[in-house]
Amino acid sequence: MLATLNAPISENSLQVVYEYPESLSPVVTHYCPGCTHGIAHRLLAEALDELGLREKTILVAPVGCSVFAYQYFETDGCEAAHGRAPAMATGLKRVQPDKIVVTYQGDGDLVSIGAAEILHAAARGENITTIFVNNAIYGMTGGQMAPTTLPGQKTTSSPFGRNTTMTGSPIRMSELLANLDGPAYIVRRSLHDVKNIRKAKKAIITALKVQMAGLGFSMVELLSSCPTNWGIQPEKALEWIEDNMVPYFPLGDYKVRDEVNGL
Amino acid sequence: MAKELLKGNVAIAEAALRAGLEAYFGYPITPQTELLEHLSRRMIQLNRVFLQAESEVASINMVYGAASAGVRTMTSSSSPGISLMQEGFSYIAASDVPCVVVDIMRGGPGLGNIQPSQGDYFQVTRSAGHGDYHPIVLAPASVQEAIDFTVLAFDLADKYRHLVMVAADGQIGQMMEPAELPPMRPIRAERPEWALTGAKDREKNIITSLFMQPEEEEAFNQQIQARLKVIKKNEQRWYEYLTEDADLLVIGFGTAGRIAYSAVEAAREKGLKVGLLRPQTLWPFPEDRLSELADQIRGCLVVEMNAGQMIDDVRLAVSGQVPVSFYGRMGGMIPMPDDILTAIEETLTRLYSAAGLPI
Ligand SMILES: Cc1ncc(C[n+]2csc(CCOP(=O)(O)OP(=O)(O)O)c2C)c(N)n1
Ligand code: SF4
Ligand SMILES: [Mg+2]
Repeated sequence: MLATLNAPISENSLQVVYEYPESLSPVVTHYCPGCTHGIAHRLLAEALDELGLREKTILVAPVGCSVFAYQYFETDGCEAAHGRAPAMATGLKRVQPDKIVVTYQGDGDLVSIGAAEILHAAARGENITTIFVNNAIYGMTGGQMAPTTLPGQKTTSSPFGRNTTMTGSPIRMSELLANLDGPAYIVRRSLHDVKNIRKAKKAIITALKVQMAGLGFSMVELLSSCPTNWGIQPEKALEWIEDNMVPYFPLGDYKVRDEVNGL
Repeated sequence: MAKELLKGNVAIAEAALRAGLEAYFGYPITPQTELLEHLSRRMIQLNRVFLQAESEVASINMVYGAASAGVRTMTSSSSPGISLMQEGFSYIAASDVPCVVVDIMRGGPGLGNIQPSQGDYFQVTRSAGHGDYHPIVLAPASVQEAIDFTVLAFDLADKYRHLVMVAADGQIGQMMEPAELPPMRPIRAERPEWALTGAKDREKNIITSLFMQPEEEEAFNQQIQARLKVIKKNEQRWYEYLTEDADLLVIGFGTAGRIAYSAVEAAREKGLKVGLLRPQTLWPFPEDRLSELADQIRGCLVVEMNAGQMIDDVRLAVSGQVPVSFYGRMGGMIPMPDDILTAIEETLTRLYSAAGLPI
């Protein structure tokens, strides 16, 4: 071991084990340190690379912290109005079914203001893929309560903690959409540790394959951290996902149509 | 092609399709629904995209998506639905993607009723979403014009990469008249180079309305303003009748303009010096011609099926040179030629007596 470490580094002994995915633009993102949006981006970019989809992909960015997602991917991209990404994606996909259309949406975007658009895109079995980043908060606007904010969770608009008698309970969107006949693939994964990150990537690849095969709507919900607006250190934020979010939003496969298993 | 008896809504739908409409998204609302129904059959027969959306919010955003892919696309609705689309209009306008929106206006405010109205003048020419821009707005007064303007709308949308609206009152959508449809144009084979078609063998394309730096946002706004200036110069359209020696100019668009035509004819039979200006574009408003005419007339009478909305543009165009009076009906009521004739006589009496002239 020591011998290897001390040995002079020759050209031949160097090998690339980790690279920028081709689908990811080599630019600095604006995400806060420790924010898992960056991980979600990387996973999606790796998945696009591995499936050779970069040149036919159109990314629909939401309004939320990932509003600039189109700047971070080397694919065609656009910016939808808040919550409307599934509708915009529907327009893009219907007129060019041979392209891969992906929406990337936060929980405020997808579960609150855009609830109707995602519900109906899913119900229609719209052949698009949605990456749903659930961080239980409105990140971009500075940490207000989202429909996914946990009971008792303090936010800038629920300063005494979310009171469920006043504001209702968090919406579990994957479970809700999985009740519909339209979707082909709906799963929830988490980005709080390496094991789960790997599982998340596998799910994203499957979701894209579902679209490639024309099977219909696919969505991967990713439990994510917002250390800035949760007001905790990035490492603690990952623990917070595991300790608080995972129990409320159980990880798992909510809808996997038979044909998906064959992919 | 020969004339056939066509209902306005159906005529617009068929004209859009023949103009190369590739994708239609819409939501049912009276008095526009036949348009959607016609396309639900014809678009599918022709293997094109038809989709009934979950709301007008969704349909305009689907149009936004299809327009971003560079195809000819449109939606249609009536007043309450148009209100709901405002956010989408603004994003579309801020993204330089062309598309067509048809508004078959009905009585309002609120749920109002399903009778013809022109109450959307402000919302289509002024406040079609937040921010500084205007859509191009075409206002047909017959089924034939509805057809012609629908085709024109697609051409103007592509020419300027701009949002174009066809604003017709419910009367135009619902009535049947003999009219001639255009020949079927082929679907455009090529997509524009800015379209989102996948970054293959080229740099990636981005369509966005987001400019975080105020300097950038202002520069983009200046681009929009520069384009609007060109549109204003090139695209003012109007119909004019017996204006040469007119003392009074009656001004009305759509159905109100058409009824005003009959009133002008009746006034001429009585020997009254009255002419008609019927704006065919509401934005840009035919202000150049109107301001020319203001030099020669003694006054204007604006006739609208609302409480007086276009009258603001008339006042701006005549710029205080002549008095402007108004006759309007609201809530789905249609002005009758006799009522307009009475308003013409009253206005002329006032104008002549103010000038000390015999009536
Ligand atoms: C119509 C509209 N309403 C409100 C906003 C303000 N807004 C911007 S982002 C956002 C919330 C985003 O939260 P989420 O979707 O959870 O994304 P995150 O930032 O947490 O990733 C809101 C309310 C807006 N841009 N547009
Ligand atoms: S505010 Fe939260 S979600 Fe947004 S970039 Fe920062 S950490 Fe990430
Ligand atoms: Mg969020």
